[in-house]
Amino acid sequence: MNWKNYFTTSIGKKILVGATGLFLILFLVVHCYVNAMIFWCDGGKHFTEAAAFMGGNVAVRILEIGLFLGLGLHIIQGLMLWSQNAARRSVRYEVSAGNKTSKWYSRSMGLLGTLILLFLILHLFHFWAPNRYGQAFDAGWKEEDLYEKMMVVFTPMWVVIVYLLGCFSLAWHLMHGFYSGFQTFGLATNRYKGIIRSVGVAFAILIPLIFASMPVYMHFMANSHP
Amino acid sequence: MQHYNMNLTLKVWRQRNNKVKGHFETFQVKNISSEMSFLEMFDVLNEQLVAEGKDPIAFDHDCREGICGMCSMHINGRSHGPWDQTTTCQLHMREYKDGDTIVVEPWRANAFPVIRDLVVDRSSFDRIIAAGGYVSVNTGNAVDANALPIEKQKADESFAAASCIGCGACVAACPNASAMLFVSAKIAHLALLPQGDPERKVRAVNMVQQMDTEGFGSCTNIGACEAECPKGISLENIARLNREYVGAVFSGSPRG
Repeated sequence: MNWKNYFTTSIGKKILVGATGLFLILFLVVHCYVNAMIFWCDGGKHFTEAAAFMGGNVAVRILEIGLFLGLGLHIIQGLMLWSQNAARRSVRYEVSAGNKTSKWYSRSMGLLGTLILLFLILHLFHFWAPNRYGQAFDAGWKEEDLYEKMMVVFTPMWVVIVYLLGCFSLAWHLMHGFYSGFQTFGLATNRYKGIIRSVGVAFAILIPLIFASMPVYMHFMANSHP
Repeated sequence: MQHYNMNLTLKVWRQRNNKVKGHFETFQVKNISSEMSFLEMFDVLNEQLVAEGKDPIAFDHDCREGICGMCSMHINGRSHGPWDQTTTCQLHMREYKDGDTIVVEPWRANAFPVIRDLVVDRSSFDRIIAAGGYVSVNTGNAVDANALPIEKQKADESFAAASCIGCGACVAACPNASAMLFVSAKIAHLALLPQGDPERKVRAVNMVQQMDTEGFGSCTNIGACEAECPKGISLENIARLNREYVGAVFSGSPRG
């Protein structure tokens, strides 16, 4: 046994999911912080400056590659674990314990992750892809006016609802994922597991709630400034 | 509590061996005393079946006092039934009332193939133990209690982990059919004691490797194992196993 084949063992696989998951949690904090600047009520001035910094910074662009690699690894390894684990019990139970012995969201990480992935495809299609395309081919590496773009994207109600569902899935995914990441790294000891669980629940509620308020806010902003 | 008698409907998994498909059979049992254990209720049913010239239901049992880990049975969706930290032999019929229907299934996991009816082959656990769940050198007789000082906290944690009876309820309850709680209890039990310390790295690597070879699933920290464990083995042990394993691999442990 050496570290090269470590990542193919059952513990190694979940370390990969846990490590990339904790990295994605850090990304969520930065993403949420920058986007929350739309709430300055200054017509998007602060937000546009921050977005321009993030979009035009070489270091951030390099980190973005790491982010996509981490995201890809998290998705592939997570889905593989999901399907491999499902195959470990060929004959299912007639009666299941349901929520008596575990939380529904802990058992549904694959499903919740898939819902987030579907949302993410739409989200990247709305903002990331046109922005990068525009930077490369139209604007000479300048950010688009993302504040204006948010107004346009969030004008129809159905988009707002899809984004709210995405945030809802994210919240339940984090409700298990935050604690689980620390447990995987062996850090959820008796001394720390209480605080990890509490911070995890707070994080899983707060971050998706802030994200969810963005499309709602921009929808009303767009409709009050036709 | 006043005792009472009850009539029950039992829906029990029947399977001749692991080569053929199994099915549920429904039985009526009458005049079951609330004082009986769940296994005694099965004894009554089996005597009834033998008297009718039918095959009795095969089920595992040994000590019938909650310490051997032999009894299994997935009862109405719960490993060892609905009571917390209880083996099937210690589950008593006062949990049920007249007219109840109870569904009884074997532990279901590919690593625990059905031998017959409710009896499953748990020798995969034995092979995991054989891969490293022991101390190689002969440590002789038990030494005087204070001759080998061990920190109180470590002694307590090791003792709690050592209370695992290897029944397999963790695997049966886990949606992934993972054996991590069992393996982690064995790892923690030995790693915390001075006798087990020298081999802790190679033990972690070899036992995890054997666990994977046996076809158990990966732990995803769902926690159903801890909820169903008849001995209250904590998820803290899985966190310890993860630490032990990472430490063993990245410090260049002896080959597994």
